[in-house]
Amino acid sequence: MLNIKNVCKIYKNKDYSQNVLKDINLCIEDQEIISLVGQSGCGKSTLLRIIAGLEKASSGYVELNKNIINKPSSNIGMVFQDARLMPWLNVYDNIKLSILNDDKETQRYKINETLKKVGLEDIGNLWPKQLSGGMAQRVAIARALVQQPQVLLLDEPFSALDSFTKSNLQDHVRHLWSSLKITIVMVTHDINEATAISDRVLILNKVLDNKITKNHIVKINKPRSTFPKNEYNELINNIIFNKNSNQFNALI
Amino acid sequence: MNIILNNKHLKLPFKSFNVLHTKIFTKLLQNSVCAILPITIIFIWHFLSVNEIVRSNLLPPPSEVVNEILILTNDGELFSHILITLNRVFNGFILGGILASVLGVITGISPTLRNLFDPTIQALKAVPSLAWVPLFILWFGIFENSKVALISVGVFFPIYLNLMMGIRQIDKKIIEVAHINNLNHFQTIRWVLIPGIIPEWITGLRSGLALGWMFVIAAELMGASEGLGYLMIDGQMTGRPALIIGALILFAIVGKLTDQLIYFLSKPFLKWKSSLNNMQEEENNA
Ligand SMILES: Nc1ncnc2c1ncn2[C@@H]1O[C@H](COP(=O)(O)OP(=O)(O)OP(=O)(O)O)[C@@H](O)[C@H]1O
Ligand SMILES: [Mg+2]
Repeated sequence: MLNIKNVCKIYKNKDYSQNVLKDINLCIEDQEIISLVGQSGCGKSTLLRIIAGLEKASSGYVELNKNIINKPSSNIGMVFQDARLMPWLNVYDNIKLSILNDDKETQRYKINETLKKVGLEDIGNLWPKQLSGGMAQRVAIARALVQQPQVLLLDEPFSALDSFTKSNLQDHVRHLWSSLKITIVMVTHDINEATAISDRVLILNKVLDNKITKNHIVKINKPRSTFPKNEYNELINNIIFNKNSNQFNALI
Repeated sequence: MNIILNNKHLKLPFKSFNVLHTKIFTKLLQNSVCAILPITIIFIWHFLSVNEIVRSNLLPPPSEVVNEILILTNDGELFSHILITLNRVFNGFILGGILASVLGVITGISPTLRNLFDPTIQALKAVPSLAWVPLFILWFGIFENSKVALISVGVFFPIYLNLMMGIRQIDKKIIEVAHINNLNHFQTIRWVLIPGIIPEWITGLRSGLALGWMFVIAAELMGASEGLGYLMIDGQMTGRPALIIGALILFAIVGKLTDQLIYFLSKPFLKWKSSLNNMQEEENNA
């Protein structure tokens, strides 16, 4: 279980300090798949980076299975908006980066298995610049998954892709989630994407005076596949237009 | 490309042979384009001096230059001149290169060390190269050491600057990937930093070498009893323009060859940088 407890984040400089996250409390069960949505700049990436151990919370903490996270670990994989592959390593070596401490045989086995899982085979020898955006993002997902993490964090992983590739990969993530039995937390500002992939959509709210005063967490249950279309639209309208109201349990 | 396609349609039975043939031919043709300009220049030069449009004691014909070089080759003298110059460039290149690489890396990595070293180095860079000569002669004497020192000064700056900037410009996002994958210091250096800065380093090495060749001439013109630069001075003193031009051409050839050497040695490390098209071509050829 991923437990986020009273997390605050303040970015401070000599001449400015910005309250980015204020008192975030959140519990994410094992094998849950959730989305985090919100306006640009409301601190979604920051929260995800704190969960990943890339950044420290100003106060509060995040724990995974009761262990406090204070640095990146192989238990948590992360995929960024841009694939961030090392251009000087081929696909195979790029994926290998997250399992450098394994022996060669294990590496080969894990990498080939993972490439299969993300739907890419026989491309181990290609250079990143020979990949399409969608392929590169799949490789990035493979790099995060090859260490067999318990939690996969996705920070707007598909926002740079065309809509065909995007929906294809969304299905794929959903599929990976159900076959691998991992926890997935995805940040997105596309509400359609959020409702398409996840079982729970959390909204991080930035109130309009340019300071973060409150964060509302909105829970919406699934399954959305059985949603009547008008209800689905209503849900999206609610999410978009009722920024300050607290919960949308009416739809459950 | 078109030629290949046409062949396919015209002579089906010999298709693969012809495709291969055409490819090799095209490649040869592409590679020989670079010879056009020198050959043209030689022809014009020949024309100018043979017809006495330019006086031959200023511009001797190409044949005379070749002759002069051949005479020197006869007793192996030319070869030893080339070797001596090469040796000076090599020593200066190694000395300057090592110093520049070390300083480039540490100033690139550590802001504190950058503040310590960089302003001074930048100030020294502004000193005109010839201004070092009297000092180096005073310090290291008039023989090899002062020449090598001068060459290493020339080699130093491009390598230092490229390396430092290369390290500073490594994408923070990429470093973050190393971080999230739990790479330790050694692994980060091995998989991220070194491969990431090799292109800049090689660019620096190549421009450093070019400057090394410039400085070796300066060093040899100022006083040497051997070397290609000495040949030029000798040609000037004894009124043999053919020798001056010959030495000049040799400088160009040897300089270009050493640059090509670095280029070929570095090629395996830059594979990932070559353009998409080139890579596909390479794959097809393999
Ligand atoms: N390293 C930093 N130093 C100072 N301020 C930062 C830093 N990183 C983020 N911020 C600020 O924190 C706020 C939240 O940033 P964050 O990247 O988490 O937003 P986001 O919700 O992911 O936005 P987007 O949807 O545009 O990605 C922004 O206002 C940003 O300016
Ligand atoms: Mg973000």
